[in-house]
Amino acid sequence: MAKGRVSIVVERCKACGFCVEFCPTKVLALSSAFNSKGYHPPHVVHPEKCSGCDLCGMYCPDFAIFATKAAPAGGGDK
Amino acid sequence: MKADPRGVLTGTHFMDGDHACCEGALAAGSRFAAGYPITPSTEVVERFASRVPTVGGTFIQMEDELAASITLQGAVWAGAKAFTVTSGPGFSLMMEHIGYAAMTETPCVFVDVQRGGPSTGLPTLPAQADMMQARWGSHGDYEIIALCPNSPQECFDLTIKAFNLAEEFRVPVMFMMDECVGHMTEKVVIPPADQIEVVPRRHTHKSVDEYLPYATNGDMVPEMAHAGEGYNFHVTGLTHDEHGYPNMTLPTQDKLVRRLQNKILHAVDRIAMFEEEQLEGADVVVVSYGITSRVAQRAIEAARKQGLRVGKLRLITAWPFPEKKIRDLAANVKAFVVPELNLGQMVREVERTAAGQAKTFAVSHAGGGVHNPEDILKVIVEASRWRTA
Amino acid sequence: MADSLNTDILNPVVNPVEAFLRSDRMPHIWCPGCGIGTTVNSFARALIESKIDLGSLALVSGIGCTGRVAGYVKLDSFHTTHGRAIPFATGLKLANPKLNVVVYSGDGDLSAIGGNHLIHAARRNIDLKVICVNNLIYAMTGGQTAPTTPDHSTTSTNPYGVFEPSFNLPHLVEAAGAVYVARWTTFHVRQLSRSISEAFQKKGFSFIEVISPCPTLYQRRNKLGDGLDAMKYYKEKSKVRHGAPTNEVGLTMTGEIIVGKFVDRDRPDYQTMMRTQYAESLGERFVEQAEMVCS
Repeated sequence: MAKGRVSIVVERCKACGFCVEFCPTKVLALSSAFNSKGYHPPHVVHPEKCSGCDLCGMYCPDFAIFATKAAPAGGGDK
Repeated sequence: MKADPRGVLTGTHFMDGDHACCEGALAAGSRFAAGYPITPSTEVVERFASRVPTVGGTFIQMEDELAASITLQGAVWAGAKAFTVTSGPGFSLMMEHIGYAAMTETPCVFVDVQRGGPSTGLPTLPAQADMMQARWGSHGDYEIIALCPNSPQECFDLTIKAFNLAEEFRVPVMFMMDECVGHMTEKVVIPPADQIEVVPRRHTHKSVDEYLPYATNGDMVPEMAHAGEGYNFHVTGLTHDEHGYPNMTLPTQDKLVRRLQNKILHAVDRIAMFEEEQLEGADVVVVSYGITSRVAQRAIEAARKQGLRVGKLRLITAWPFPEKKIRDLAANVKAFVVPELNLGQMVREVERTAAGQAKTFAVSHAGGGVHNPEDILKVIVEASRWRTA
Repeated sequence: MADSLNTDILNPVVNPVEAFLRSDRMPHIWCPGCGIGTTVNSFARALIESKIDLGSLALVSGIGCTGRVAGYVKLDSFHTTHGRAIPFATGLKLANPKLNVVVYSGDGDLSAIGGNHLIHAARRNIDLKVICVNNLIYAMTGGQTAPTTPDHSTTSTNPYGVFEPSFNLPHLVEAAGAVYVARWTTFHVRQLSRSISEAFQKKGFSFIEVISPCPTLYQRRNKLGDGLDAMKYYKEKSKVRHGAPTNEVGLTMTGEIIVGKFVDRDRPDYQTMMRTQYAESLGERFVEQAEMVCS
């Protein structure tokens, strides 16, 4: 179960590659899809490796990606 | 609203124009000035530097006029009424920021105590050669208001008026003194604070969600907010929309720039001030302003003694130019005589506006002193004898 | 069971930085791989960390690519004239001392046309937080030489190579009197945030230089790759030396980049000195500046 979750705002991305490069666990890669400006936004290739550190979010110059810690496993009261 | 008594030096004084201007600013509620020394204006801020720590405010001498002219605008956006003073060479340096104030609609006052030019010119001697520069000095299309005092008393009274007009129209106001008026010592009566009207900042009462920094309600002047009040507004010198956001398109440019112009031009009747005397039935009207108006008075009286029908029109507001007044007069008089301490500046406006309906005579002067009244009289006589072919 | 529960509707995931942005103006105009947005990210996180009261924050920028920051942050923000962000900010701060005033501008704006104001504000120790994004070039106008452009670089106004020595900004502002001087690159996102937070705790003139890629002009004209290549260069060649003597931290085109906190000293800020002097000279006659209530 991944500790973190990546959210991508596809339309803001300019495919600079910072998030892909600086993710410590190599969760991301640039996709072959296009956004409406013609850039290849990243996509999550190894979701299970995401720790939710949000380095991708810190590096992104376009505010197009961020990570959050996933909700803890196990529910509340039943 | 009434003036804050803490800034009003009520009483009868014997002071020069520069000092009276400073007192006018304080009476108007100004508590911030940023300046840079330049003869013959320096005394205005020297007095402010001395007065303001006992009234409650700030003066800072900046490293140059480029800084002074924008530091005062930062203070305005933080809530202050602010001004700076300068003369020719400094006025030239301030032009970019006068344009910034016009574009961002920052209410403020720029005092220019005119001296001989161009360039370093005659630092200690009077001229009136910055009049066109006051109107056209910065790049692009914009309007300003310019006032011309002709006595130390007017340096007090009209400085208050300058601040009031700045606040009412959210525009930089040029206070066009000259070295003679600035360094002339005369009686200045400062009334009690409750007899002085000051115009408060046009501050918005809208909520944070409703407020748009550059939206207008038909009167063409937007409401203002200050930094630190939670409005999170944006101000830019780029062509902008009602949000204040850069919007560099043709329609936005057209709308914005025409409004900046029209908010002044459509209110000329309210803004233009002049002093008139014996215009009814006059053959010749002498149009003058500032120190020259006092010299012209001597010439006018001499001409009337000779039996000539001479009217007087003293421009207290030089910009926006009172076109309607001149046009109406042009239909009824033979000629205008325009003495100025320059080689022909406001005379061009008179001539343009008269549009050939009356002849226009300049009485130019390169600056450095005031006219001989005889030189003005000579032209008045010539003008009254002039016949169409 | 909790794994498969979709909590998106109950807890929509929002980037914490979003609250600081004028989202209605996104995407911004900066190029792919430009580092300015990254610095804004670090700045926003510093604001969150230091729990600054945003209502009392004002941001002033000049002209240039970095100058556009003012238009993208959801704060009282002022996009002023070229080189004059610092004097404008000085006016804001002096007229309302309660404001926290940040100057966010580029290397050309702050050190060339704005150089005079930079040194005087540092000398006076005006309480301003200056973030200088240094992309070593005049980017917005198409890649002309800046006072910070390294030796031998190619620019549009030095097409045969720059031969002027470049400014060492930390050295300049330290000599002028700044009380806090740090340099990071856009690779050092965490450290940059921390420095900005530290500057907010400090009273006086703080200067944080951030080396940032300009892929479109500086990188491309000098065949240094793109923004990502610049980031990799920063990662590889940066050396953290806190307290390094600032005369040793000059930059070259491909050499070592010394980063860190170089200066952190204390001296009274301008307004403190002003008040002290007035109180001393005027005694009871001194009237403190009242709140500028103007409505």
